[in-house]
This record gives sequence, structure tokens and C-alpha cells, in this order.
Amino acid sequence: MAQTEAELLDNPVAGSPTLILRSPDFHSITEAVAGPVERPAPIGWWFYFIPALALLGLLGVAVSWLFWEGIGIWGLNVPVGWAWDITNFVFWVGIGHAGTLISAILFLFRQKWRTSINRAAEAMTIFAVMCALLFPGIHVGRVWVAYWMFPLPNQMSMWPNFRSPLLWDVFAVSVYGTVSVLFWYVGLIPDLATLRDRAKTPIRRFAYGFFALGWRGSVRQWNHYESAYLVLAALATPLVLSVHSVVSMDFAVSVLPGWHTTIFPPYFVAGAIFSGFAMVLTLMVICRTAFRLEHIITLKHFDYMAKIMLVTGTMVGFAYATEFFTSWYSGNPYEGFTFMNRARGPYAWAYWTMISCNVISPQVFWWKKARTSIPILFVLSIVINIGMWFERFVIIVTSLHRDFLPSAWGYFTPTIWDVSCLLGSFGLFFTMFCLFVRYLPMVATSEVKTVLPEANPHGQTGTEREVRHHRSALPNRGEPTPEGAS
Amino acid sequence: MAFESLRAMPLVNQLPPGPHYGILAQFATPADLYHACERVRDAGFTRWDAHTPFPVHGLEGAMGIRRSKLPWIVLVAGLTGAALGFGLQWWVHDSAQPLVISGKPYFAWPAYIPITFEVGVLFAAFGAVFGMLGLNRLPMHHHPLFQSKVFERVTDDAFFISIESWDPRFDASATRKLLESLGARNVELLES
Repeated sequence: MAQTEAELLDNPVAGSPTLILRSPDFHSITEAVAGPVERPAPIGWWFYFIPALALLGLLGVAVSWLFWEGIGIWGLNVPVGWAWDITNFVFWVGIGHAGTLISAILFLFRQKWRTSINRAAEAMTIFAVMCALLFPGIHVGRVWVAYWMFPLPNQMSMWPNFRSPLLWDVFAVSVYGTVSVLFWYVGLIPDLATLRDRAKTPIRRFAYGFFALGWRGSVRQWNHYESAYLVLAALATPLVLSVHSVVSMDFAVSVLPGWHTTIFPPYFVAGAIFSGFAMVLTLMVICRTAFRLEHIITLKHFDYMAKIMLVTGTMVGFAYATEFFTSWYSGNPYEGFTFMNRARGPYAWAYWTMISCNVISPQVFWWKKARTSIPILFVLSIVINIGMWFERFVIIVTSLHRDFLPSAWGYFTPTIWDVSCLLGSFGLFFTMFCLFVRYLPMVATSEVKTVLPEANPHGQTGTEREVRHHRSALPNRGEPTPEGAS
Repeated sequence: MAFESLRAMPLVNQLPPGPHYGILAQFATPADLYHACERVRDAGFTRWDAHTPFPVHGLEGAMGIRRSKLPWIVLVAGLTGAALGFGLQWWVHDSAQPLVISGKPYFAWPAYIPITFEVGVLFAAFGAVFGMLGLNRLPMHHHPLFQSKVFERVTDDAFFISIESWDPRFDASATRKLLESLGARNVELLES
């Protein structure tokens, strides 16, 4: 028991990485996860919730003023017709992608470490998609006709143009949001049943019971349930890759230098996963401390996430270099100008912010000390998200601000309402996340229990468990039971 | 009571409902439950179930349950969605509102693929969720098993086998003895 957390991380004896520390039993996991939901909110929760709610209020003010006055309150104008609105949209959709990667892709690859963080990451996805959907909704100017984006029969006999990437985007993001909610809810059902069965008040019993749908944990139910979960993971995997690819096509299918490039879909997906993992890390660092889940969300999880960020950050850096190479190799003077203008023009400060945050800073993760140091991880996760916001800003604004005719050149400056909308979207995100950690189990307990050694049906039986009083800090893989031992 | 609707199911209807729902027995560990399930299966019981807080690997095999048919429902739903998505775009651009936009032909099928894919995924996901709920007969907020006080721990750390009284091999005392011989701890007879 004297080992430190760091020593437990790489244990050659256990064979596989130790995911859950302190060898808890099933009940202690339920207690650790359901407890914070059942106790009154700690003071620290209000410390996050009230500022988040204030920012959400700011969003309300900014959006109301926008509806009243029109998009002229923002700084965008010809030639920069898309600015912070679409930057924020792409930023938030990207954030969501790590949640789906953790919940779906890592599930298909049987990465057991995902079980500790998948629930919170999926919740993050849903809230990020909500923030993302806000921006295309409000940036259209006449919001009251935003329903024209959908193929609804109407008195004008008009239909949307299905051959346009902007409409693909409407479908991709709304399907992504819907499927994310379904996937998340299916994962929640057994844990809602746990809260139902532990409920002390009739209101809690009814509320959790209603959404738990009468789950009885029957093996016949688990059989269909696991099938549904696997199918949803298999559907979400290509879906998540398609979503940011389609988002990138909003740009790539246009014929604008700086946007018209085939590298965009993979480059956008890598960037999305990069920024999403950074956001998961930011949230998990806070949550594991605030809710004392250090033994469930361990440094090993952070180590893995940092490795993924190192890989995707380097991929993004490679994509930046490829863009430059292609613009030179194409011999197209407009392409060449756009990229030189990015690095040396009026927005060079934004470009170099992006490079330092996204390409240079994650290189620290080559060192294990950095990957397992909470302060370094926390600071870098925020730095990376700043960098990824700037990446979208650079792509969108620098490609637009110097048009083909020098007489049409301009410089975008944000107004206070641009800033309010961005800060306000963080308010929406964090308000939702605070409510989530307060009222729902933030760790998928029924999944975490499956990675405990006791969960193995070929492990120890009840009699053997009673014989073994003392449990070592490191869970061993269960020995096969001799036939008839029960 | 929702149990009335359960009784109305054709299969159940063939059997005379007894005064009891059945027997509920608790087991200490997944391993105990696994061995007990193998024995209950081999004893020839058919109307029974095991209950666990998390999916126990391989327990379906020990119970003799076949693979879920859900993927077929998902396949049909997904293909329906994809066909509808493709058909909608084709119909809109070819007959409802034929307009030339950016020089593309009316039947510009490659441009229809992203939305075809998205709608297919949407329908498949709904098929997976509602198919799962349908096969599991959920929501069902009332069930005789919920009478048991210990059963509340099924979503925490307890493992159970329930054998229904209308199983042809069910006999209140013999079945109880069988379960106790398999290492069951709290054996309860539940009212229907």
C-alpha cells in the first residue's frame, strides 16, 4: 500500500495497466460516483456554477441584442463575411469530437481505460454541439426564417439545395447531436437505475426511475443492451469522422485560396480530436479533484490522453506544413500569397499564436514527467484550446481579409458583441456541465465495474473471497476456478 | 399494474399464473452466479433470468441465450433511412424543384452522398435505441422483482437469479433447494 500513484502506473507484475487504483470493490465505486450526486452541492460547485450562469446571461443579452439589431453589431463586414461566428462554430464542433472518439472509437478498439472518462466526455460532446449549433443558427441574420435550412414543405414550394456543403453541414451536425444524445442516454440507463435504487426521497426515486425505464439489470436485457451499445459505437465512429469532414467542406468546396484544398477533411478531424482531448483534460482535472475521483480517473488516463494530444498536435503541425508546401508547389500566385500573408501579413500574430500553442507546446508531452504532471497538463490543455480557436480564426479570417482585388482588402476587428457571444457560449457550456456533474453520475459505473478483476466470472468465487482478508494494492488477474468450487 | 400487460403476452398466457411470481436468489460474486447459471440452464429451466449490476462477460452463454437480433433491426432501419435520404434529394432536385445551381446536373448523385449517409446513420441509431427498448420491453416501471428489498442492490453490487413460477419445471421448494445448493444466499419467494 506504500506505493505512490506514479509507481502504480507502470507495473510489470500486473501485466496490463492498472486502471483503477486502491482496488475498490463494486460498492465503493457506486458510492464514489453516486455519492456526489446525492449530497448537497459542495461550495466549490457554486464557485464554478455562478460565473458560468453569469456568462450564460451575457449570452442571452448578446443574442437578444443580435436578434433585435441584426448582425451589424458584430465586427464582420465585406470582405470578412465570416468571422468569430463560424470560428466559434467550428471550434465547438471540434471540441465535441473527442467525446465521441473516447466513447465510440476507443470502445471498438477495446481500450478499457475509456470507461472512467467516457460518460463525462460524451456529456461534453453534447454540450459542445449545443454551443456549436447556436452559431450557425444566430449568424443567418433573419433568425425567424432559420427553418429554411431544413427540407420542410412550405407555401413557397422552395427546397434547400442538397448539393451544397452548407446543407450537408446542417444534416451532419444535427444528426451528430442527435446520435450523441442517444448514445449518451443508452449509456446512462443502468446508472440512472442505480440512482433510482439508492434514492431516499420520492421525488428522486420518481425522477431517476422515470428515465431509468424500469431497468432490472437482467442478462436478457444486457444482451440486447450490449448489442445496441456496440452498434451505436459502430455508427458513431464513421459519423464523427464525417462530421468534421463535412464542416471542412464548407471551406474546401469553395474556390477561395486558403480554403480550396483536399487536405482539409483529415486535417480538420485531427484538429478536432486534438482540441477535444484538451477540453476533456481541462474538465477532468477539475472534476477528479472536486469529486475525489482520483482513484477512478488516474494519472494513467491523463498519460494516455496526453499521448493522443501529442500525436494529433503533431499531425496538425504536419498539415500546416503541407498547406505551405502545396501553396508553393501549385505555382498558383494567389495560393502563395494567401499563405505568405498568413505568416507575415497583418494577422501574423494570430498565425504564430496558433503555431506556438498547437505545434510547439504539445511537444512537451514527449516527456513522461509532463504527461503525468497535473499542473503542466492543465495549463497546456488550456493553451491548446486557445491555439485551436486561433487555428479556425486564421483559416477563416486570413483567407478572407485580402480579397483578389487590393481595393477590397480589409481588417477584421471584433466588437464587444463578438466577445460576448464567445464568452457567452462558454457560459452555456459550463452551466450545462455543472448541472451534469451535479445531477447525473459523471462516471459510467456499470462500465468501470467491468474492468475490476472481481468482475471476471472465471475469477474467485464467494468462498475464496472470504478467505482472502487482505487485499494488496494491485489487483491481480483472477485465477481460473477449479470446476465445482462453488 | 404493469404486470397485467406482462401476463397478456401470448407465451405467458398459455401457462396458468400461480399465486407467486417466482423465486429470487442472491449470489456473492460473478463467478458464483456464472456457475449457478450453468446449472440452472442444465436443469432445463426456460423462464428464468440472471440480474447483474454490469454486463458479466460470457453469462449469456452460461444461460444459453442466443445473440441479440438487434443488428438486423438496425440494418433495416439504416438502409431505410439512407434510401429515404437519397430519394428525398433526388426527388427535390429532379422533379419538385429542378434548378441548375453552380452548373451541377439535376441528378448530381455524388453530391447526395453525405446527406444519404447522415440520414442512414440517424435512422440506424433510432433503430438501435428503440429496437433495444422494444426487445427488452422497456419502459416497464413496475415489475414483481421490485418488491424485493435486496433486489435494490442489483444496480450496485449484488447478483441474482430469478426463476418464474410458470416455468414448467418450477416447484417452490425443489427450486429453492436447487438454488441453495448452488450457493445462493437470500432466497425469496415473490408475490405476483
